[in-house]
Amino acid sequence: MKRRDFLKAALGGTALAASAGAEARPNLEPAPEAVGMLFDATLCVGCKACVSACKQVNGMPPEIEGGNAAWDSARDLSGDTLNVIKVYRNGSAAVKDAEVDGFCFEKRSCMHCVDPGCVSVCPCTAMRRDPVTGIVTHHPDVCIGCRNCMVGCPYNVPQFEYDKLFGQIHKCQLCNQAGVERIDKGGMTGCAEACPTGATLFGSRAALLEEAKRRMALKPGDVYPYPRGDVRKPDSFHEKAAPAYKRHIWGEKEAGGTNVLHISAVSFDKLGMPPLGERSAASIAESVQHTIYNYMALPAIALAGLTYVVRRNSGDGDEGGES
Amino acid sequence: MSEYQPLGGRILTRPVLALGFIFLIGLFFMFVRFTEGMGAASNLNGGYAWGIWVVYDVMVGTAFACGGYALAFLVYVFNRGQYHPLVRPAVLTSLLGYALGGFGAFFDMGRFWQFYEIFLPWNWNFNSVMLEVGLCVSAYILVLAIEFAPALLERLGKKALLRTLNKVLFLFIALGVLLPTMHQSSLGSLLIAMGHKVHPLWQVEHLHPLLALLSALIMGFSIVVFEGSVSSVGFGRRSETHLLVKLWRVLVGLLAAFLLVRFAVLGFQGKLGLILAGDFAALMFLLETALFLVPLLILLSPAMRARGSRLLFAAVSMLLAGTLYRFNAYIITFDPGPGYGYFPSAPEIMVTLGVVALEIMAFLILVKLLPVLHREEHA
Repeated sequence: MKRRDFLKAALGGTALAASAGAEARPNLEPAPEAVGMLFDATLCVGCKACVSACKQVNGMPPEIEGGNAAWDSARDLSGDTLNVIKVYRNGSAAVKDAEVDGFCFEKRSCMHCVDPGCVSVCPCTAMRRDPVTGIVTHHPDVCIGCRNCMVGCPYNVPQFEYDKLFGQIHKCQLCNQAGVERIDKGGMTGCAEACPTGATLFGSRAALLEEAKRRMALKPGDVYPYPRGDVRKPDSFHEKAAPAYKRHIWGEKEAGGTNVLHISAVSFDKLGMPPLGERSAASIAESVQHTIYNYMALPAIALAGLTYVVRRNSGDGDEGGES
Repeated sequence: MSEYQPLGGRILTRPVLALGFIFLIGLFFMFVRFTEGMGAASNLNGGYAWGIWVVYDVMVGTAFACGGYALAFLVYVFNRGQYHPLVRPAVLTSLLGYALGGFGAFFDMGRFWQFYEIFLPWNWNFNSVMLEVGLCVSAYILVLAIEFAPALLERLGKKALLRTLNKVLFLFIALGVLLPTMHQSSLGSLLIAMGHKVHPLWQVEHLHPLLALLSALIMGFSIVVFEGSVSSVGFGRRSETHLLVKLWRVLVGLLAAFLLVRFAVLGFQGKLGLILAGDFAALMFLLETALFLVPLLILLSPAMRARGSRLLFAAVSMLLAGTLYRFNAYIITFDPGPGYGYFPSAPEIMVTLGVVALEIMAFLILVKLLPVLHREEHA
């Protein structure tokens, strides 16, 4: 092959790859019986009963700061904390749910993405999306600890136990991991069950999305019966005047959507949510990867061509000293 | 008689002893990592899960080790036989660089005791770029070992085995061109799934594989120029500048292609304004671009590229450019979100320096023991 021909072929291959890349794989669709949660930041009073309940269900120790053993001082997700309540503060922080001179609570836990980055990047299939419930689970028995899930998660959810020699990745598995199986048994997540105000609701993604949309339609001051527990069969209701919600359901569309939805009266960028578009990064990465490695066709053709060219250019192989 | 010969001479020279000392410090902190865990030796955290052990030891380290790849392309694909004398030392550096890159990946592995899980086919996730990197880099280390084997066989006088190997070597040389093309591009593709965490000036999505590959080739040819220049000074060998300088066309092409794609994609994405934002990321972008641009200008000038010192300067600039490109994308301008920061700890840096010291030390010793460097032609 002449150099010009080789370059042509190489450019042709790249062009082919680029054009096929245009027919990219779209975002994944929600699982058929997707379950999740709805977090309404305006209802959260910061009691952290959910943090405590989460640790009980998952058998994790509280994080103690200084000499204060009275409550869990976890400030962010870690190998010991799968769920945490953070606070937004501005100015005098006097008014709840006000962006200026106000404060607002925000829950951080796995969002159970519809098109999860962690599942896409994991080389060993140690992160899996349940085909029915859409719950994103972790399986340390096959995990090599490359931590690609951590950098591939838009929300920094998977956390590695750096403090242990034989550590593992931890993340919320929606209280359905082997040994807990609350969802399979018809129950709900520990955090939703413990929440006294219904700020964290459990339910199917579809029912939660409907509930969120009903709240989006409320005018500030409208009295609304807020359910607690499972949105499909609430334990109880409490009536309360609706706040001035931002008309934005986080997780309806972000990066393909999430099964855990958030709504708030403070904009999400102020609550530390990442700047995400509608397309999932995982779908772009997989489109590129499957274009280049579709049935290993391009590498196989390249290897055949290279073998031919190299063989010709390195003589018949009988001369010594080639390397 | 082989066209290569061992240099011979004393093994424990001062540079080797100094490098050995640095390696021992690194070894101590590796011991800490393997007794107390990663947290005891590194500043890695929930937001910055990948630090210098991944980004330097694997991503930059293997790009530095692309000399063998770059020369195989030139000699065997484009049939430029005159560069043959440079091949064997380049293959040795590649072997050392990749082997230690693989070792780096191992001590960075959070669950190192079950590293073999990535080699079990029933675990494979074909959507994962990391799977391609892991398998392909492992395979390439084996290929490099086979490509370098003739040097060892010649030394041991295993002529029959050498003849057999030489008959099938073309297949491994072909793999030695294919595999780095695959995983060096994938080392860029890893950035796609990181989405918004990668700064907009570095998040080029579909074009990551191309830019990563072009920059790896640039670094591969640069290390050949660098090694050729340095070993002619360090070992008092005849200068190979006449040979190295001919690489200028290739490098100009690669540099121009890299810069063209880099700016075209930013223009297409509508991000060119960010270059003039005057913030830290813009500054890093300009610095990185300058490191790519300066060698391009040097190589375009016939007077400058003819001088060995300028050529060496250009090579160093290109190596730094490729290094900074990777560091900028993966660490320096990488932003996982509020609450996280990262700067490597002293033990983390010492482990990396220890690995680099081991690599140089092994090269210095092996060229004296094995027929690696080309026999000098005497008049």
